[in-house]
Amino acid sequence: MSFKLDVDKFKDAITELIRKASTQLPADVMNAMKSARDIEEKGSPAKSVLDYMIKNADAAKENSTPICQDTGTNIYFITIPEGVSLRKIESAIEDATRVATGNAYLRPNAVDSVTGKNSGDNTGVMAPYYHYEEWDEPTIKVELMLKGGGCENVSDQYKLPDGRLKADRNIDGVYKCIIDAINNAQGLGCAPGVAGIGIGGDRASGMVIAKKQLFRKLDDTNPDEELANLENSLYLDLNKLGIGPMGFGGQTTVLGVKVGAAHRLPASFFVSLAYSCWADRRCTMSFSESEVSYD
Amino acid sequence: MIKVKINLPVSEADIRRLKVGDEISLNGIMVTGRDAAHSWMYHEKPDEVRDLLKDSIIYHCGPVVKKVDDEWHFVAAGPTTSIREEPYQGPVIKEYEIRGVMGKGGMGEKTLKALGENGSVYLHAVGGAATLQGQAVKKVHGVIKLEEFGVPEAMWIIEVEDFQAVVSMDSHGNSLHKEIKAASDKIANELIGI
Repeated sequence: MSFKLDVDKFKDAITELIRKASTQLPADVMNAMKSARDIEEKGSPAKSVLDYMIKNADAAKENSTPICQDTGTNIYFITIPEGVSLRKIESAIEDATRVATGNAYLRPNAVDSVTGKNSGDNTGVMAPYYHYEEWDEPTIKVELMLKGGGCENVSDQYKLPDGRLKADRNIDGVYKCIIDAINNAQGLGCAPGVAGIGIGGDRASGMVIAKKQLFRKLDDTNPDEELANLENSLYLDLNKLGIGPMGFGGQTTVLGVKVGAAHRLPASFFVSLAYSCWADRRCTMSFSESEVSYD
Repeated sequence: MIKVKINLPVSEADIRRLKVGDEISLNGIMVTGRDAAHSWMYHEKPDEVRDLLKDSIIYHCGPVVKKVDDEWHFVAAGPTTSIREEPYQGPVIKEYEIRGVMGKGGMGEKTLKALGENGSVYLHAVGGAATLQGQAVKKVHGVIKLEEFGVPEAMWIIEVEDFQAVVSMDSHGNSLHKEIKAASDKIANELIGI
């Protein structure tokens, strides 16, 4: 049976998805922020910065205003039942994006790279942008990430082997790249951040795998034992760097580390880091013919 | 840490008293400016921002704004990453006699030197805390280059009350960012084994 897409209803549901993503810090991120605050020393800059971030997230939710003014690149991962029109989905998302921009849930953030002109409504070439999968469920799942420019600018990509880091083409080499990348990032990506890591793929798919990791809940466990071990050791060691919230020093430099892997060419071994700031704005919507829910 | 109240415009002597680590509460009128604005000020030295910037602060910020009854309001207004302005900041501080640069992430050697030479300071605001920072903006007095630069890049003239920041680079050559980086480099190299 084919899925009947009510385009108007879908547009309204997306508008609400954007509002939630912009104004509500996910519960797992909030919990991690509170745990980070609680272990910092009383009176330290780290504690007061984390406290201010948490108060801001509370105020944003209460007032329904953006947690961060940089409402970022709007990245959609969409899973659809067979036969749903992608053109209708994208047209509805573009309409919702214009509404959300008009309602100040999104900052006008799409700049023509050639002319320098801001489109004013967050639409343009690859803005927003979409990744698709298909499944058997009678539901459209839409995962939205608002990824700010500061944390995108400190994201990075390495190719192994790396002579400077003495990093070989193995998991230990991946570990070394990520220690280096997070140390280079310092507080610039609004630490404490989340490290989404993609091992392998090509330069584009490796980064997609890395970004996709950022949708995982911080307290989940990687089903692949080797990757789970890498996540744990990176989490512990990155937090030894002492960079801390906003780079002011402190015990928490990352809130989480999530790793995925893709097949690669024999000739290539990329390590991609998608860094998310602490204001890790993501929200997932499930849209069926009869109901809409958000997580 | 000491909490220092700064009223804008502020004197060079008051700014020279500030040290890395001081917590600041800002009050008065300042101006936002980021990539397009810095390039403009550096290359064209426009006079129209001279009086606004003298003895005041330039805030690296591209806000979310809303227009209600013909009046602009700041909805969300956290700092953007300052290091992008490193090629321009020193000369711009000097040209416009700016007493403070506010943003996030800190800046480099050229700016640190300019802070010392001109009696200025780098203030660090908390990144991503835009709702609270938007609430500290009490009034929008005007906007420069809105059409040409767009909302995030325009220069917004704003009046703030109890806007909170921390001095992370002072006029005495101190930089919190340099210290933290030196310490973390050492640990990173040990972990990597280089």
